[in-house]
Amino acid sequence: MSAEAAVETRGLRKSYGDVAALRGVDLDVEAGTVLGLLGPNGAGKTTVVRILATLLPPDGGSARVAGLDVVRDARALRRHIGLAGQHAAVDENLTGFENLEMVGRLYHLGRRASRDRARELLADFDLLDAGGRRAGTYSGGMRRRLDLAAALVARPPILFLDEPTTGLDIRSRISLWDAIAALVAEGTTVLLTTQYLDEADRLSDRIVVIDHGLLIAEGTPDELKQQVGGDRLEIRLDDGRQHESATAALEGIAGGQPSLVDGSLRVPVQSRRGAIAAAVRRLDAAGIAIDDIAIRRPTLDDVFLELTGHVAEPAAEPGEPATEAVP
Amino acid sequence: MKAVALELSDMLVLAKRSVLRIRRQPDLLVGFTVQPVMFVLLFVYVFGGAISTPGFEYVDFLIPGIIVQSMVFGGFVTALGLADDLKKGLMDRFRSLPMSRAAVLTGRTLADISTNIVQLVVMIGVGLLAGFSFAASAASVTAGIGLLLLIGYAFSWVFAFIGLTASSPEAANAYGFTILFPLTFVSSAFVPVESMPSWLEAVAENNPFTTMVDATRSLFLGTPAGNDVWAAVVWSISISLAFGALAVWRFRRVVTR
Repeated sequence: MSAEAAVETRGLRKSYGDVAALRGVDLDVEAGTVLGLLGPNGAGKTTVVRILATLLPPDGGSARVAGLDVVRDARALRRHIGLAGQHAAVDENLTGFENLEMVGRLYHLGRRASRDRARELLADFDLLDAGGRRAGTYSGGMRRRLDLAAALVARPPILFLDEPTTGLDIRSRISLWDAIAALVAEGTTVLLTTQYLDEADRLSDRIVVIDHGLLIAEGTPDELKQQVGGDRLEIRLDDGRQHESATAALEGIAGGQPSLVDGSLRVPVQSRRGAIAAAVRRLDAAGIAIDDIAIRRPTLDDVFLELTGHVAEPAAEPGEPATEAVP
Repeated sequence: MKAVALELSDMLVLAKRSVLRIRRQPDLLVGFTVQPVMFVLLFVYVFGGAISTPGFEYVDFLIPGIIVQSMVFGGFVTALGLADDLKKGLMDRFRSLPMSRAAVLTGRTLADISTNIVQLVVMIGVGLLAGFSFAASAASVTAGIGLLLLIGYAFSWVFAFIGLTASSPEAANAYGFTILFPLTFVSSAFVPVESMPSWLEAVAENNPFTTMVDATRSLFLGTPAGNDVWAAVVWSISISLAFGALAVWRFRRVVTR
């Protein structure tokens, strides 16, 4: 393996009974970078994290974290990782402080150092005032921050975050994003799974999209968006009946087949430079009035739709876990 | 040597956590002390007059039996706790740490000893108030208390297995009470086994609860013990080992799903 890879998997496979959760996944996370693992529910994201965090043995293939094998060197490997997100948790009957102190003791930091570290983390995560309260009384956002703090007790160089903000309201999400960004700035390697496209876009250096246990795309957020097509004009006309004549008028600058989505005309362009001005001139010359015109880059939503053939998971309503069934 | 010290440290850290939980949720303990106390009162004052226990005052006959029953159920906190840890994902947190995995179980069962001590103090206190009196040497009574704690520890492992097998804390509750509760009644805990129909008497005679109750009774009341005390010790150790192994087996299976 290369010296820089903090996480490396080759041909990783895992089945649950007859259901193949992973069907040969290769991943590389360079030290000090953030890899976003994106995919719909059931794609195998959580299985990847559980294998890398030594919670689950793979059926085939290999996985190394910090240069250590997840099966053979499991115990030594655990010193280098922190795990947070939907599958890690805090003890609701202990206070925030006691939770962190307990984790410190279980990392064998010693009594004194565990307490100091607990206080430090409570301060870092804006939980100092709540530190003496039972975690069961915390809000969802506070609990996730405590959970993330617990993952950081031993200052692990590699962090696994499994859907760290699922079910949180937007304010809590942003506060957690800031915390994660700060860790990354200090050089922590992060592997993040998410069903929120904006989250992957915002935090990741590279993104891997998996579906049905297979890797279907990878690249930087920009590269992935490029795969779906480049920039496009979105034009809303005053008179909706003029779409065809508008399409004809824009033929010279269109970089692909225009389409009509929700009453607005989408025209791929080769270059964003000067595109709006050129479009306005041509439409004006053709006597077509414009209500609104903008240039847009495709979002990861578009990437997702293009790659998986279905839209991303319905974004959870703020404060509601996405998986919660409606009675 | 250092490895052993770390294992012990992990166990103690997790035992402390379980003890703290009981302190934070005293209603848990109330369940495990109030119910046996109600049983003492019901059996002594309601049923006692109708139950004939040749050679014993009924309260003297009952208290050792009912204490054994409460020891057996003291470990229930472990079943609830483990089922809860699995459900809430705390088990994954522990398993991602460079700690002893056995401590997740041994810490729990160790903490149960403190629950059992509280129960023991309450039950003996209530027994004495209801008219129970020890009729054996201090050494014998002390040995009886030691035996009770050993019995409690053995059943903590039974409950550890139940907690890891049940699909939820509620299911653990159902398993515990529908399986173990009748077993404690078909024994010498509440009535002399000779008063049962002969087929049931045979069951009760061979029920380890009967051995444990008879052993406790002889240590507390100075009655002839026969082999009961040693048999009770062997039973307790066997149950600890068997269910300890079962719990470890379940633990391995359930966490890698």
